[in-house]
Amino acid sequence: MFLINCPYCGERDQSEFVSGGEAHIARPKQPTELNDDQWAEYLFMRKNIKGVQFERWNHAHGCRKWFNVARDTSNDKIEKIYKMGEQPPKL
Amino acid sequence: MSKNLRINNKQFVDETRKLSFVFNGKKLYGYKGDTLASALLSNDIHLVGRSFKYHRPRGIMTSGSEEPNAILQIGNDDALTEPNVRATEIELYDGLICNSQNCWPSVNFDIGGINNFLSPLLPAGFYYKTFMWPASFWEKYEYFIRKSAGLGKSPTKQDPDMYDHRYMHCDILIVGGGVSGLVAAKIASDDNKKVLLLEDKELLGGSLIYDDNDISKIDNQKSNEWLKKLIDNIKNDKNIIIKTRTSLAAYHNYNFLLARQNLTDHLSVNDRNNKIRQRLYKIRAKKVIISTGAIERPQVFHNNDRPGIMLASAVKKYIDYYGVRCGLENVIFTNNDSAYETALSLHKSGTKLNAIIDIRDNSSSEIVNKVKSLGIQIYWNHTVINTKGYKRINKITIMKLNDKGNDVVGKKIELNCDCLAISGGWTPMVHLFTQSGGKLRFDNKDNIFVPDKTNLDQLSIGSAKGDFELDDVLKNSIKDTKKFLNIENSNFDKIDVKCSKEKEKKNIWLLPSDRPLSKTKPFLDYQNDSTAKDIKLALREGFKSIEHVKRYTTTGMGTDQGKLANMHALGIVADTTNTNMGDLGTTTFRPPYTPLTFGTIVGRNVGQFFDIFRKTPMHEWHVENNAKFENVGQWKRAWYYPKDGETMHDAVQRESKAARESSGILDASTLGKIDIQGTDANEFLNRVYTNAWSKLQIGKCRYGLMLNEDGMVYDDGVTTRLGENHYLMTTTTGGAANVMSKLEDYLQTEWPELDVFLTSVTDHYATASVCGPNAKKIINKIFKDLDLSDESFPHMSFKEVKLGDINCRVMRISFTGELSYEINVEASYGKYIWEKCIEAGKEFNITPYGTETMHLLRAEKGFIIVGQDTDGTMTPVDLQMDWIISKKKYDFIGKRSLYRSDTIREDRKQLVGLLTDDPNEILEEGAQIVKDENKKPVDMLGHVTSSYFSPTLKKSIALAVLKEGKQLKGQKLLVPMIDKTIKVTVSDTIFLDKENERING
Ligand SMILES: [Zn+2]
Repeated sequence: MFLINCPYCGERDQSEFVSGGEAHIARPKQPTELNDDQWAEYLFMRKNIKGVQFERWNHAHGCRKWFNVARDTSNDKIEKIYKMGEQPPKL
Repeated sequence: MSKNLRINNKQFVDETRKLSFVFNGKKLYGYKGDTLASALLSNDIHLVGRSFKYHRPRGIMTSGSEEPNAILQIGNDDALTEPNVRATEIELYDGLICNSQNCWPSVNFDIGGINNFLSPLLPAGFYYKTFMWPASFWEKYEYFIRKSAGLGKSPTKQDPDMYDHRYMHCDILIVGGGVSGLVAAKIASDDNKKVLLLEDKELLGGSLIYDDNDISKIDNQKSNEWLKKLIDNIKNDKNIIIKTRTSLAAYHNYNFLLARQNLTDHLSVNDRNNKIRQRLYKIRAKKVIISTGAIERPQVFHNNDRPGIMLASAVKKYIDYYGVRCGLENVIFTNNDSAYETALSLHKSGTKLNAIIDIRDNSSSEIVNKVKSLGIQIYWNHTVINTKGYKRINKITIMKLNDKGNDVVGKKIELNCDCLAISGGWTPMVHLFTQSGGKLRFDNKDNIFVPDKTNLDQLSIGSAKGDFELDDVLKNSIKDTKKFLNIENSNFDKIDVKCSKEKEKKNIWLLPSDRPLSKTKPFLDYQNDSTAKDIKLALREGFKSIEHVKRYTTTGMGTDQGKLANMHALGIVADTTNTNMGDLGTTTFRPPYTPLTFGTIVGRNVGQFFDIFRKTPMHEWHVENNAKFENVGQWKRAWYYPKDGETMHDAVQRESKAARESSGILDASTLGKIDIQGTDANEFLNRVYTNAWSKLQIGKCRYGLMLNEDGMVYDDGVTTRLGENHYLMTTTTGGAANVMSKLEDYLQTEWPELDVFLTSVTDHYATASVCGPNAKKIINKIFKDLDLSDESFPHMSFKEVKLGDINCRVMRISFTGELSYEINVEASYGKYIWEKCIEAGKEFNITPYGTETMHLLRAEKGFIIVGQDTDGTMTPVDLQMDWIISKKKYDFIGKRSLYRSDTIREDRKQLVGLLTDDPNEILEEGAQIVKDENKKPVDMLGHVTSSYFSPTLKKSIALAVLKEGKQLKGQKLLVPMIDKTIKVTVSDTIFLDKENERING
C-alpha cells in the first residue's frame, strides 16, 4: 500500500487514488490524419517496463486531480511526482 | 492426574484459578495462565492429532506459532467452531471444548492410519501422478481426496462475533516484545519517538523473562530480574503504546502493516458477550524494528515424529513458564549449547534427565561445563537412529557417528525415554522481513538466513537478525537501534552482559541411521508428512528449483507454512546437489504470517454494511407499495410492484399496459446527472458525444451517445441546455461515476484549455417520470399555469417552473416512446413530488412501474440499454445508429476508431430484432443464435440481449446481436435451448410505433 504525495493535498494512502496507466501519451491533435497503424500505436501500445515508469495517477477520493508519477515497477518506489503538463524528470 | 507433572510455579500460572476444559469428549483441568497445550501436557496428553497423509499419531511439539501438530478444532457450535487452532497459542479458558482433527473415528484408533503401512505407495507427488488419468475419473478421485484430506471443518453458520478495524500511525513500530524489542522501545522513547510495541503473547519479555539461570547476568543482576524492571519502566512510558496478544499478519510496502489483536479468545465463552473479538490494526509506521526472535529447529532422523518428541526450548518453557513436565524420563538430543539450558531447567525442577545426546565431539562452554558438573550423562558424537512407541515415545536407540558424520558406527545403545527434547539450532524469524521485500543473506557459521538488503526504513534486531547469545543480542540491538534512529547516546551505553559463549558448532541436515534411507522415515514437514526421502526423490525426478521441490513434496505448504521444515529441506537439497545453501535461495513467505479468520479481514463490513447501498428519495414509498428491488450499480431500484400475489411477469404486463394505455410513473432519480458550465461547454459536448451540439438552443434537450477512444459505445443519455453556458447531462445509472471520471480526465489532461466545470449532481436531484397518453393531463393538474401545448413545450424541450416554493425542472423527453415528462426537483422534495404525481394521476389509473417494465417499454421501441444490448464491443454502426454520428465534426472521442480495419468489417455482430415463430415463446436473454444446428462445431452467430413479452403487441419480442445482422432481415434462424430449439426470424429493432406518433400523446 503506497503513500502517494498528491501535489495538491499532500501525502495520502494509496486507497484514495486510482492509476491511469502510462503517462505522456498525448491524444493526437489530428486523428484523421493518422493511418491505422499510427492510431493503433496511440490507442493500444503501452510499455509496461521493469524499472522507472512514468504513470498517470488520479486522486479520485480526494481532490480528483490527475498528476504524473515516476514509479520503479520493480520495488514500487516512487521517484518523483509532478503535475500534468510538466515534462518527465531525467532519472 | 495420575502422574506428578505439575511443579510448583506461581509466577505465570495462577494455581488458585482452576479451569475445566473438554478434549475429545473428556473433561480435564488446567489453570489460568496455561495454554491449551500446557494444560494437555499437564494431563499427560501428548497425542493430539494425526498427520495429513499417513495419519501417524502426532503430539505437541512446540510452544508457539510454529506448531505443526497440535492443531485442533475449537468449540462445537455450528457458528463459533474454529478449525486449525494451534493448542500452543490459545490461552486456556473455562469451558473450552476442543477436538482432534484429521482422524476418524478417533485419535486413538484412526482408519486412515492404514496409509502409514501403505506409505511406500505414497511417495512425493503421489497425488499428482496417480490422479491424473483418465481425466474423466477426476470427479471420483476428488471425492476420496477431499474426504481423506482437509484439516478440520469450517463453521456452517454465520460468524456471530464482532470484529473491528483501526488505523494507527507511529514513529517507530516494534514487532516483538522480547528483550531486544523492549530495549529498542526504550531507546526510541527516550528520544521522544512515538512507539507502538506489538507482542503476540499475553506478556512481554520473550524467552528471557522465564529464563531463571545463574549464568546470564545483566548489570550484575540475574537477566530475568533486570528485564522485569525494564518492563515495569516501559509499561509506564507515555511514549510507548503496547498491544499484547497482537500478532503481525502482513508487512506491505511503504511500511504499511496489518496486525491482529485477540481481545476475547482467552475469556470463557460467557464473558465474551457483546465484546469485539478481534481487531485488525492498519499501521503506517515511519520506521519499523523487527524483533520477532528465532524458532528452534528440530533434528531430522528416523521416526523423529512420535508423540513425546518435542523441541528442547518448548520442554524448557513448559517447565519454567507453565510449571509442567513434559515427561518423567527425559532425554535431550542436540547439536548446540542452547539445549543445555533445558537440561538445567529439568535439573532445577527435579525432573529426571536420563541423558544428553550431542552430535558434536565436545563443548567447552560455561553452560555445558555446568551440566557436566551435575553428573548428567552426555553421549558426544552420537545420534539417535530410531525411536519406539506408537502413541508415545518410550525408547530411543543411539549410535556413534563416523568421522564424516554420514554414517553410524559402533554398537547400538537403547535408552528409556518418554520425552525426547530435540534441538537442531535456531532459525531467525525473517518472515516479515522477506514479506516486505527484503533480501536475505546466508550465514555459514550458524547455517541461517539473515536479513540483508531492504528498500524500506526498517531494522531487524536480536535473534531475528541472527544474534543468539545474550551479550550479542543486547549490544548489537543497542548499537543498531541508535544508528537506525540517529541517536548519539542512550541509557544502555554502559550495559554489562555476561553469558555462556558457544564455541563448538556442528550441523548435519539429515542424520544417518543404521538402515538405508529408503527404509527410514525422517520427517521434515510434520503437517504434510514429507520426509527427507521425498526431497531426494523430487531431486532425482529432476526438480531443481526450491519452489518446485516445495510444491512437489508439499514441504512447507501446511497451515504452519513450514516454519520448522524449510531450513532442513533447503539443507538436504544443498547437500544432495552439492550446492551452497546461499545459492539456492529460499522459498517465499507470504502473508498472513499466521492464519487470519475471515471475520477479522472484513471487520464491520458485513450484513447491510457489506457494500454501499444507495436509495432514492422515493425509496420508502416504493417499500410501502410492495416494490421488489433490483441492484443497479450500488442503487436499489424498484424492479416491479406486484399486486395481490402477482408474478413478475403478470406485474410487468399490467404495468406496461397501463403506461401505454393511460399513464405510468417511474422513479428515474438514479440516472447520473452532471452539471456542466463554462464558456466552452458546447465545444466540450461536441468533443465527447458523437453527434453535433452546436445548434442546440437554450431550453432544448438532445440525446447523445458517448464512445470510448476505441470507438465502442460507452454511455448514453439526454443533455439539456439550461442556459447560454450551462448544461445538464444525464448518464446511465451504472455508468455515472465512470463517465464523470472520464470527462474530468479529458478536461484535465487532454483539453486543459477548455473553460468547462463539471459537478456531479446525481444525488442532488430526484426525478419522477410520468408517461402515457394521459401524462399531459396529469402534469397540467400539478402545474396549472404551465403551457403544455406542443408549440410552447414540444418533445425534447425543457421548462423551469415553480410549485409553491419548489423549483422544478420539467423535461419533455421519453424513453418509452410515450408522451412523457420528467420532473426534476431538489432531492429532499423527491417524495413530495412523487406523491403529488400519484395523487394527480389517480383518476387516470397512474401506475408505478419499475425497471423491468421500463426495459420492456423501451425494447418495444428498439431503444438500447448500454451494458445490456452493448458490451464494450459494439460501435454505433453495429447498433444501426449511424444517424447519430456527425459527418461534419472534425473530431470527437472515438471517431478515428470508427474506420479502423476492424470496425468497418461487414461481418461484425450487429443489433437486430428477433421475433419467435411462436409468438408466445419468450427467448432467454443470453441464448445463442445459430443457423445450422447439425454442423459440428456449430457456428455461433450471436446472442439474445433483451427479450420480453409485449402485451401491447401481444407477442414476444427480442433484441440480439448477430453476425452480419444487418443483411439478415427476414432470415429464419434457430435458438437452441436445453430441451428444445426455438425458431426465430430476424426483424427490425423497432417493434412498435415506427412513425413515432405516440410521443405526442
Ligand atoms: Zn489531491
